[in-house]
Amino acid sequence: MSKLSPVLSAHWDEADSFTLEGYKRHGGYNAVSKALAMTPDEVIALVKDSGLRGRGGAGFPTGMKWSFIPQGDNKAHYLVVNADESEPGTCKDMPLLMANPHVLIEGMIIASYAIRANYAFIYIRGEVVHVVRRVQQAIADAYAAGLLGKNIGGKGFDLELVLHIGAGAYICGEETALLDSLEGFRGQPRLRPPFPAIAGLYALPTVVNNVESIASVPAIIEHGNEWFQAMGTEKSKGFTLYSLSGHVKNPGQIEAPLGITLRELLELAGGVRSGHTLKFWTPGGSSTPLFTAEHLDVPLDYEGVAAAGSMLGTKALQIFDETTCVVRAVLRWTEFYKHESCGKCTPCREGTWWLVQIIRDLEAGKGTPADLDKLIDITNNIAGRSFCALADGAASPIISSIKYFRAEYEAHLTHGGCPFDPIASTIFATVGQP
Amino acid sequence: MSYSPEQISIMDSIIARYPRKRSAIMPLLHFVQSISGFVTPEGIEKIAELLELSTAEVTAVSTFYTQYKPEPVGEYHVGICTNTLCAVMGGDAIFDAVSEHLGIANDETTKDGKVSLERIECNAACDYAPVVMVNWEFFDNQTIQSVKDLVDGARTGNPPAPTRGPKTLRTWKENSAVLAGLSDGLAGEGPSAGHASLLGLNLSKEGK
Repeated sequence: MSKLSPVLSAHWDEADSFTLEGYKRHGGYNAVSKALAMTPDEVIALVKDSGLRGRGGAGFPTGMKWSFIPQGDNKAHYLVVNADESEPGTCKDMPLLMANPHVLIEGMIIASYAIRANYAFIYIRGEVVHVVRRVQQAIADAYAAGLLGKNIGGKGFDLELVLHIGAGAYICGEETALLDSLEGFRGQPRLRPPFPAIAGLYALPTVVNNVESIASVPAIIEHGNEWFQAMGTEKSKGFTLYSLSGHVKNPGQIEAPLGITLRELLELAGGVRSGHTLKFWTPGGSSTPLFTAEHLDVPLDYEGVAAAGSMLGTKALQIFDETTCVVRAVLRWTEFYKHESCGKCTPCREGTWWLVQIIRDLEAGKGTPADLDKLIDITNNIAGRSFCALADGAASPIISSIKYFRAEYEAHLTHGGCPFDPIASTIFATVGQP
Repeated sequence: MSYSPEQISIMDSIIARYPRKRSAIMPLLHFVQSISGFVTPEGIEKIAELLELSTAEVTAVSTFYTQYKPEPVGEYHVGICTNTLCAVMGGDAIFDAVSEHLGIANDETTKDGKVSLERIECNAACDYAPVVMVNWEFFDNQTIQSVKDLVDGARTGNPPAPTRGPKTLRTWKENSAVLAGLSDGLAGEGPSAGHASLLGLNLSKEGK
């Protein structure tokens, strides 16, 4: 039997998988009827008991997040789906929404009903026009079919769903920056507490969930917790999308039970590109500390990756082989964090700026051995010292790369520059070779 | 320029989507770009007037987000991903070659106004690296030659179609309207998923 578990991706190979008709052909929107026949509290309890945890990075239990919304408070509640997917390496939510936007809409109807929200938003990044088109059309078709709007399914539940399109700011993937952006401000993180469940959008109770988390809900409602919990590991239940990219023979999306290892995934993807060996990889995007070949058998679930010193994050497995200069890789990520720092908190704004200057010098062979200690010192002084985790993310690749590849940093000093040929790591270097 | 009654009515309909009108500032900025190609002072003034904000408040938002352009970009805005993974896989080499080919640097536009160039950050298509976005449409698995051909085609009014997108590449202004939330009716075009998105599904069907 296959060790894979395509649920979200089960019908992406059908030409009309993104249409209402294509979705309904496989039982789409059946879970809404089932959920609306339950009480909202029953829906929350079921999702809580399922063990579903956030798929956007932090891994917080989804049902528990819903249960934090105060009930009977006579206030408007909001559901906001985070579709800002911008963490370097992360590429799961965009193909999901391109191939099946209706599964997100169905999950949103169920989640909104559970938290007693009558207004919901999808905050999608703006640099993906065709994904935007697919979601726009799906929302319009769902309204036309009576699945959104007033009195959904004749059950007296009303829901307005608005697609909000971003404009190019990584920081808006941080939930409180996202809310500021959605309110019409610069997207800058807020100090927590209060958390969004108490004071979120327009200072009203709000749940912010990742696309994949909400898209996982209809299948849980439809098939039940026993089915869901049969997949995954003790504390990391269910299926998830792993995204393999970089120096692998066949990059792409692999949906599997939580806890699969990179060794198993690489085997499925045909291995590291031929004639090369694994050097370093990210388990969950650039903000998660790097791993090396010694971590091939780490179970890729929330606990397993954390125990090995990193984070499951977005399950964005970026694979780099021995042709890649780790200093160049880390410099480029650091430039990214500098560019995307919103500027609100001084440690992050100034710290990322200085990190770039120092790593640029190191890469060019103009640094000194003391610069490595300076880098560690700066990361210690910016991580955990800002409103949000952007600076923590900036610190991760630096600290982990120095831990595993200090000698390579030092080689730049003795070599008087980068000892690697950048062309050797490109995909063109393999074109025409057997 | 002043806005036509039709344009004002579209702006009013954008504002009506939200429980509080200030939330409409981002789609309105995209809408201004769909008319003028960039965020004009007139656009800022109109948005401020409609949302009862100062022009400084609207400008503060506009300048925060990199997709809002303070000056005109090309009819075809070419974004080459040079974040780590795409850069390593060939994005750096593509950017350098195309920049030289066009004779323009980052954030510059060709004299004919057809093509502009931008180094972009990760665009959520890493399994299709190296990735190039034109008017924010996906061009997957690019090479130096494919992007040179792409920009040459764009300059002669005959750009290739996106890999995962509509059959015909739309202009910067046309796609800005989609980002303002206005449908162009093209959602049905293009594949459901690219080959890399189907990797795991195909493997499971093979019983792997």
